[in-house]
Amino acid sequence: MTDHGRTTDGHPSTPPRPGSIVACPDGPLLVRGDVEVLDADGRPVDKGRRTVALCRCGGSSIKPWCDGTHKVNGFSSST
Amino acid sequence: MDGMSPVEAPTTTPSTGVATAVEPSSGRAPSVEPSSGAAPTPSVEPSSGAAPTPSGEASSSAAPTLPPRGAVRLPRPAPRGPISTALLAALSRSPGAVDLGPLRAAVAARLTDPTDWRTDEDVQLALLCLYELHYRGIAGVDDDWEWDPDLLAVRAALEVPFEAELRRTVPVPECDRRDRTGVAERLFALTAAADGPSLSRHVARKTTEPQLRELLVHRSIYQLKEADPHTWAIPRLAGGPKAALVEIQADEYGDGDPHRMHAELFALVMRAFGLDDTYGAYVDHVPAATLASLNAMSLFGLHRRLRGAIVGHLAAFEMTSSLPNRLYGNGVRRLGHDDVAATWYFDEHVAADAVHEQIAGRDLAGALAEQEPELVDDILFGAACCLALDGAAAARMMQAWDADGTSLLRPLP
Ligand code: FES
Repeated sequence: MTDHGRTTDGHPSTPPRPGSIVACPDGPLLVRGDVEVLDADGRPVDKGRRTVALCRCGGSSIKPWCDGTHKVNGFSSST
Repeated sequence: MDGMSPVEAPTTTPSTGVATAVEPSSGRAPSVEPSSGAAPTPSVEPSSGAAPTPSGEASSSAAPTLPPRGAVRLPRPAPRGPISTALLAALSRSPGAVDLGPLRAAVAARLTDPTDWRTDEDVQLALLCLYELHYRGIAGVDDDWEWDPDLLAVRAALEVPFEAELRRTVPVPECDRRDRTGVAERLFALTAAADGPSLSRHVARKTTEPQLRELLVHRSIYQLKEADPHTWAIPRLAGGPKAALVEIQADEYGDGDPHRMHAELFALVMRAFGLDDTYGAYVDHVPAATLASLNAMSLFGLHRRLRGAIVGHLAAFEMTSSLPNRLYGNGVRRLGHDDVAATWYFDEHVAADAVHEQIAGRDLAGALAEQEPELVDDILFGAACCLALDGAAAARMMQAWDADGTSLLRPLP
């Protein structure tokens, strides 16, 4: 299978899951599907897994990913 | 680093093509495979050299891998009392060829006072063995025992007081809002209040190398089959909650790459600390309080009736993982183990479980609460059981360390 709608022998395959972003209450942005994460120079960042959580509290020690710190630093997503 | 660190070859091992049954090299290898008709397959070493890295993998750095392993059974444990003695004696024969009377008598004698089930060494070991028949099996034990009706009746007789004690000692947390968001928020609040990281704080700051090895031994009982008990729930769910559980479990199982399965990453840690990573190698070392954590997962996972509880258990487990694993990783590094083999498991869980807890809270537990509202109490009960049982096991461990003793039933070699 390839990512772009064709298997290696040219037959149509299931299209990739469309990208989606869920803003988790008081937590990270959950990113699913066909979304590339790029660094500041435009290079792809290895996501390491299909679904990733992007930190939006600013407190993670493994940015851009969430490490759960938002649960202990008082981050609130409601304004 | 000590000399036990695993092969630090670059990831040139193909992620496929090593699916061959290999018996463990440990001296505790299981003896007989009674009901397997197949001749043993010869072992195959992964071909070193020019195999390509998986496509799209940017990081081909020194990711360590373990030798391929086959389906390893639980080594036959040493009995701890009359029930496990009678059980293991029966299991060494074929079903139908054994009178289970002595086993039933031992259980009946214990049932005259069905209390302290969670800390009873004999009972918890017996339950572990009975559940293991549904996982990898036990060395020298006929697989036909798995569905032997008389043996299942014995398991039920041991499970009823176990569940009753859990229901008696672990109150169902109250939950005012029983919709998806309300249940997810309640689960996050419950786990935040549990003060879970006290063991992990201890590990980060002051645990000694021998204590950390003990912790790994305790954890190995579950971690070497990490995710398996919750997987039982997949066919019991439907729609959104099922998809959410699959999304979490697929990640637990390395998205299909055997070298990234979380259980394999844990095996790497064990080897980095000079421990035997054979499945179940330390079952005789681990006390009832630790076995009870795993047995509760098996109880919840193997009963459709308790699908709410296994879902709640997973949610609580994921919600108490990211922050503690960061601290465990810090402790591992503080003790001088800073190579990838020793730290990958912990670093992986910091990132992975920060994702999983979000999925588990809303898409799994929250969505299940809306789909099957009658399960809400069990979802919360399962979560509370996870916290209570893991908390009790951790407390027992730390008490032993505070008294400068061992938390294990027998010393490590
Ligand atoms: S959003 Fe989770 S650590 Fe920042």
